Amino acid sequence: MIRIHSATGDVDALDRLASGDSPIHRLDPRAKMAVTAMFLATAVSFGKYEIAEMMPLFLYPAAIAAAGRVPAGILARYLLLASPFALLVGIFNPILDREIAVRWGPLAVSGGWISFISILIRFLLTVSAALLLLACTGYVPLCSALGRLRVPRALVTQFLLLYRFIFVLSDEAARMARAHELRSRGGRGPTLRVWGSLAGNLLIRAYERGMRAHAAMLARGFDGTLRSLRGLRWSLADTCFVLGCGLFLAVVRFGRVAGRLGSAIQEAIA
Amino acid sequence: MHMADALVSPAVGGAMWAASMGLAAWSARRLAGGNAEARAPLMGVTGAFVFAAQMINFTIPMTGSSGHLGGGMILAILLGPHAAFIAMFSILAVQALFFADGGLLALGCNVFNLGFWPCFVVYPLVFRPLAGAKPGQARVLAGAVLAGVLSLQLGSFGVVMETLASGISELPFGTFLLLMQPIHLAIGIVEGAVTAALVSFVLKARPEVLELAADSRARASVPMKPVLVAFGIAAVVTGGVFSWFASSYPDGLEWSMFRTSGREELEAPGGGVHASLAGIQKSTAFLPGYGFAEGEGADDSGGAGGDARAQAPEEGEGGRWPEVSAGASLSGLMGGAMILAAAGLVALSIRLARFRRKTRST
Repeated sequence: MIRIHSATGDVDALDRLASGDSPIHRLDPRAKMAVTAMFLATAVSFGKYEIAEMMPLFLYPAAIAAAGRVPAGILARYLLLASPFALLVGIFNPILDREIAVRWGPLAVSGGWISFISILIRFLLTVSAALLLLACTGYVPLCSALGRLRVPRALVTQFLLLYRFIFVLSDEAARMARAHELRSRGGRGPTLRVWGSLAGNLLIRAYERGMRAHAAMLARGFDGTLRSLRGLRWSLADTCFVLGCGLFLAVVRFGRVAGRLGSAIQEAIA
Repeated sequence: MHMADALVSPAVGGAMWAASMGLAAWSARRLAGGNAEARAPLMGVTGAFVFAAQMINFTIPMTGSSGHLGGGMILAILLGPHAAFIAMFSILAVQALFFADGGLLALGCNVFNLGFWPCFVVYPLVFRPLAGAKPGQARVLAGAVLAGVLSLQLGSFGVVMETLASGISELPFGTFLLLMQPIHLAIGIVEGAVTAALVSFVLKARPEVLELAADSRARASVPMKPVLVAFGIAAVVTGGVFSWFASSYPDGLEWSMFRTSGREELEAPGGGVHASLAGIQKSTAFLPGYGFAEGEGADDSGGAGGDARAQAPEEGEGGRWPEVSAGASLSGLMGGAMILAAAGLVALSIRLARFRRKTRST
């Protein structure tokens, strides 16, 4: 899984971005979720040997990042942080699929390289779309949107509570790990038995914290639903955003935009 | 290991989302029957604990490398299967959103691989019977290691199946399986040992925290019906959406299956596990019409799958890359590059416009 302490800073940065204000931030979370879902489905629906026709899709993250004021630096860091599993699996394509697919003069490109580049493009598109959704919306509004979309209440409550406790507990775990490191020779990690009692103590503290939080919540009238102050309002802008993006995606998916543009340019040159 | 968006096809992603959402809704309904309100903060805190415990790495003896806690088995032991599934769902969602681990489209796959197996299959069928209500040290260790190994083997098998069914990767079934399963055997043993260490500490210090000891009376076992129904839905949806997809895009899945199987004699070890798995594959017909072991020689078994297979060659030849003339694909690439440049220009101009507005207002 992940090493959280290297990443909590990034989470903070993402949260700060999400609390900003821009035309994209002002859209309804449900609209952004719907568009992101459509975008992801479109991005992965291309055949595995199509590269050129996927290029127009980069217009979407570029426009959203610019309009939503998401700096390119954080996008790049997030792409580096992303799990490399897809690329690890994808790198086998050039090795296994050596049939020559395209020849330009002396340059012959095998099908495997083309499908590997296509995996790379999918990776860039899907990861940046997920980041932009989060950076322009924020975690809590996303959860309340999920609640409005009739996702089971227990799941939404769990999403919100998990997020609230992650930082508290990971700070506590970091303190425990540091304390152990300072008292151990050579800075080696704990053995399994020691780890068991460290993590066990963390769990018991967490459990007691959970019980206290629960008592406090009950005292304030908690009935199983977490309510948010900011309500969701669907406006005309949201409808336009969803329809516009849907149209764009449909044109890119079925319109052969890149191919047509390319042949038009070639004709103009000739 | 987390399934990634880049490797998943819309049909597979959608089907697995449907299966995972169905399981989550069912778990939520089961929880609502009990004391869901009392469980909610506990579930949140336990999910966060799984995150936080990953910060304390322990040293694996004799290797010098380190391991950490992960996953559904400890959640199931602490919370019971239904709450654990929902907690696992939330953990994977946070990982997908904040850490780009997996992805939003592949989230359904990941929840199924890493949540369904440990919570609804391995915990009730393996760990609980093995550990019993008041387990000793040895039983906890044996149960946790076996459970860890089994749930990770099932999970990584899920990753292999989903990748293969999506048809983006070229890896043949046998090779991919041989890459994935041994790695996850090692991870499973480590995870099992870690889980056992934690559980035996908690059993000594605060046994009432464990769901295992706390209510071993009422919900002793998970009924098999919903599990089978979820399986059935996943199978039907995958099969149904697939045959439709395979006939409209024969160059994707169908074609790669055909090629994979054509090369099978060279790549995969004949006989043994592979052959028997292929046999199981054929007899259960999870993906009707696709034979992993035989490929072109396979007889058309009729039905939708057979039709898709029959259509594939004609359509496949026309739309394949090698048939496309180099000039046409060059123009495609040129157009793509133009649009990429346009994307950059759009971003730049929006930024410039904002900058100008800002300077004007100050």
